[in-house]
Amino acid sequence: MKFDKPAADNPIDRLQVVGKPLDRIDGPRKVTGTARYAYEQHDVVPGQAYGYVLGAGIAKGRIGAMDVEPARRAPGVIAVVTAKEAGALKKGKRNTARLLAGPEVEHYHQAVALVVAESFEQARAAASLIKVEYAAAEGAFDLKAAMNEAKKPEGDDPSLDDTKVGDFAGAFAAAPVKLDETYTTPDESHAMMEPHATLAAWEGERLTLWTSNQMVDWGVTDMATTLGIPKENIRIVSPFIGGGFGGKLFLRSDVLLAALGARAARRPVKVTLQRPLMINNTTHRPATVQRIRIGTTGEGKITAIAHESWSGDLPGGGPEVAVQQTRLLYAGANRMTAMRLAELDLPEGNAMRAPGEAPGLMALEMAMDEMAEKLGMDPIAFRLLNDTQVDPEKPERPFSMRRLDECFRVGSERFGWSRRSARPGQQRDGNWLVGIGVAAAFRNNLVMKSGARVSLDAQGIVTVETDMTDIGTGSYTIIGQTAAEMLGVGIDKVVVKLGDSAFPVSAGSGGQWGGNSSTAGVYAACVKLREAVAQKLGINSTEAIFANGEVKAGNRSLPLASAAEAGPLTGEDTIEYGDLDKTHQQSTFGAHFVEVAVDAATAETRIRRMLAVCAAGRILNPKTARSQVIGAMTMGAGAALMEELAVDKRRGFFVNHDLAGYEVPVHADIPHQEVVFLDETDPMSSPMKAKGVGELGICGVGAAVANAIYNATGVRVRDYPITLDKLLTRMPDAA
Amino acid sequence: MRAFSYEKPASPAEAATAASRNPEAKFIAGGTNLLDLMKLEIEAPTHLIDVNGLGLDTIEPTQEGGLRIGALVRNTTLAADQRVRRDYAVLSRALLSGASGQLRNRATTAGNLLQRTRCPYFYDTAQPCNKRQPGSGCSALGGFSRQLGVVGTSDACIATHPSDMAVAMRVLDATVETVKPDASTRTIPLGDLHRLPGDSPHLETVLEKGELITAVTLPKPAGGTQIYRKVRDRASYAFALISVAAIVQRDGSGRVAIGGVAPKPWRVEKAEAELPRGAKAAASALFADARPTHENAFKLPLVERTLDAVLAQARS
Repeated sequence: MKFDKPAADNPIDRLQVVGKPLDRIDGPRKVTGTARYAYEQHDVVPGQAYGYVLGAGIAKGRIGAMDVEPARRAPGVIAVVTAKEAGALKKGKRNTARLLAGPEVEHYHQAVALVVAESFEQARAAASLIKVEYAAAEGAFDLKAAMNEAKKPEGDDPSLDDTKVGDFAGAFAAAPVKLDETYTTPDESHAMMEPHATLAAWEGERLTLWTSNQMVDWGVTDMATTLGIPKENIRIVSPFIGGGFGGKLFLRSDVLLAALGARAARRPVKVTLQRPLMINNTTHRPATVQRIRIGTTGEGKITAIAHESWSGDLPGGGPEVAVQQTRLLYAGANRMTAMRLAELDLPEGNAMRAPGEAPGLMALEMAMDEMAEKLGMDPIAFRLLNDTQVDPEKPERPFSMRRLDECFRVGSERFGWSRRSARPGQQRDGNWLVGIGVAAAFRNNLVMKSGARVSLDAQGIVTVETDMTDIGTGSYTIIGQTAAEMLGVGIDKVVVKLGDSAFPVSAGSGGQWGGNSSTAGVYAACVKLREAVAQKLGINSTEAIFANGEVKAGNRSLPLASAAEAGPLTGEDTIEYGDLDKTHQQSTFGAHFVEVAVDAATAETRIRRMLAVCAAGRILNPKTARSQVIGAMTMGAGAALMEELAVDKRRGFFVNHDLAGYEVPVHADIPHQEVVFLDETDPMSSPMKAKGVGELGICGVGAAVANAIYNATGVRVRDYPITLDKLLTRMPDAA
Repeated sequence: MRAFSYEKPASPAEAATAASRNPEAKFIAGGTNLLDLMKLEIEAPTHLIDVNGLGLDTIEPTQEGGLRIGALVRNTTLAADQRVRRDYAVLSRALLSGASGQLRNRATTAGNLLQRTRCPYFYDTAQPCNKRQPGSGCSALGGFSRQLGVVGTSDACIATHPSDMAVAMRVLDATVETVKPDASTRTIPLGDLHRLPGDSPHLETVLEKGELITAVTLPKPAGGTQIYRKVRDRASYAFALISVAAIVQRDGSGRVAIGGVAPKPWRVEKAEAELPRGAKAAASALFADARPTHENAFKLPLVERTLDAVLAQARS
């Protein structure tokens, strides 16, 4: 189905099942431990052996010599795989560094060997016997030191280009009120609960991979490239994923090494990346240095806005696209953005929840708060004054729907914004300094081609199959709701099967495109199935109404199941998009409000309450959508207050590589969260009229926290995370 | 984790004897630290001597009016004990500020004292660490040292002792009772249990080979206002950046021990004499010999400000 005209009324609009806050249909399996994650696929194939990955002990250089013999001779060991044993391997399109090092080492904890043994413990013990001699080379590990050498990102992706509209320099110079500040965000880790894990089994030339991957088809494609075997010979099964946040978008070393281990051992092999490897072996969100300049009239109209960002990556990698929201969020005739990429020899940077916007808004929305103060304006009023209904770079191009103003107004009322003191450091509660802050949330709505197959059997059971993944987001449930709505049955009559490359290729889970795109694909397949049903029942499909388990046309009414009496009926289709996302800018919007308390003595910051008001198209399931948003708000709180991969700039690695060292918020950090969704449908987005929320929820949170800290203390910290050491000596005198 | 043999002795003395026979033996109590370290190959004992079930898990009053806490008393039990809550509140508060409920259910009194540092370089076997691999060097010096020690450290090691409980025990003037392989016993003031690193940071306590802690004894209650204030980046389940254990009397005199700053709970007699003059005077005596790094120098003003708040709380 080609989606190239705004959606008209369609069966989804009946909202009998879609839009309801249904419990997750996979919930009972999750809480009873019967939802099998990759490492728990104990019974899918017999004779499973265990692999243990050895990571490189240097950041850059060569393996001089490696003695694996002691490991081979260790109890229970079946095979040892190194680059030598693995033979020629290519690199998948989406990998920057190779997944198996040797002799070259490109980053710390890059895999250098896999030991396969009868038990996990034996494999681990044997891996420690491998002696590797390295010839370490000098590397670049310090973004600030490498900034001056940073270059314009290469490649033909126009979103990486410098942008320029009007005369920024002239307008900024002439502006009566201006800001020119630099902000930094650190490297961050996805730190999801379930580590990367894969069980691999060969059957002749055919390889099956039970793994934990957000993008099944990307995984199959890049694995085929890496091994040099046909895509058709690889099957990926990824039904449940214990969190990904972008860390599982790509093929990682667990998949490759499990496959190589299984080939060497002639047995199925499973591999999980031990927690300390997750941070340096896989991808992370790259650190940024961001310079923002804003010039306004005396009344606060933006006349000039510039956002430049520096980040680093391994040679061949890409930048953190931290400037992209600044192209679209606020009006202003004269504007520029630019990204510069430094070569660093730290582990590979890549997407983490709201890549670009998450760190970009941490800077931009703090700058907006600072600018409002310079202007003596309320931060919300300043933002609304510079609100726009059109793409500021191309005024002829409107937003498909943009209700940022309403997000602020609703939130302001609900949160009690009017009680905020414009002067910082004014509100005291015992030993605590209390403040509130606000920030805009903004994330583009991406639409992605997505396919599904839907079938109906004689019992009236509707089965959906798509390689879409559920990374904890609720995909199972919203896909089930979509099929139930389209075919006029209850959700209890729908079976949803996900995450198998044997199923039609979907959008996958990433970039907050999964919810809208994958359900739109299911919609398209359901339209096909409805046609097949109508034809079978001898009904004109355009007149048919599917409701209450029946198909009605005129005064005829037949049970839906009766269409499948002679055998199951199937509809399969893929949603594809025309140029509605080119003619119209499609984005999601929100406003984050945060109240913090800062200990007057220790400068510890504790969040008291958070509110997000979101305008993101139709909310397919308010319950799972809310879970997405509160999870993202929590992640944003972590980014604001504690999350930072500590770089050892001499040795070239992230030092705090476990969950004791890399702190993420715990329950005690997040006392109260509220989420409001504006009632909205966006007919430009898809037949579902929905958009994404999973990333919107993190966008702007960090700045709202930072702005609340400023409001509480009068101390402005522009380097995230805002830990107490950055506030301590600048805290107001305790009175 | 290496393969290891396992032994369950019949008495504390037998445990000590067994440990003295095998240079690669370790006692195991709650296992909350040792098992993690074994999985990471940081500890690689070939023999484990299980000291659970030897009757070391009771809390008894002493003749002097104090409490004798068995080495195997779990942190949860100790924190909840009515006598501890009433007479040694700083200890109960310190215990409850540490780890998680699940860990406290397993972790023991003696094990808590003997837990290893949380220095991230100690945890990475690819990195030099004098504590893990004597003579290999200290990666933390000049590296990521925000969490690490500012005082009592050396050029060989700047690791801290991570315990909260030990800081409270120190301010309470606890003593440690041990049994040696020859069945003799001794008592060691807690302040003397941990060594400073000097040039041998792998030697962390004065315990001899095979010597087993059997109990920790608290003297009779010190009275006063007892406060444990732990400062950290998140609200729970994090090691202290710094902590202050204080017992403050009505006349303004008192005792104070600091956690998160040194290889052992940090207590300085001179600083306590300064307490009536306030936090600034006390902190400068506490840190007279401090050698912070660029990354952890904030701990000095942080201790001073926290101590100031603690003293204010005690006065109010």
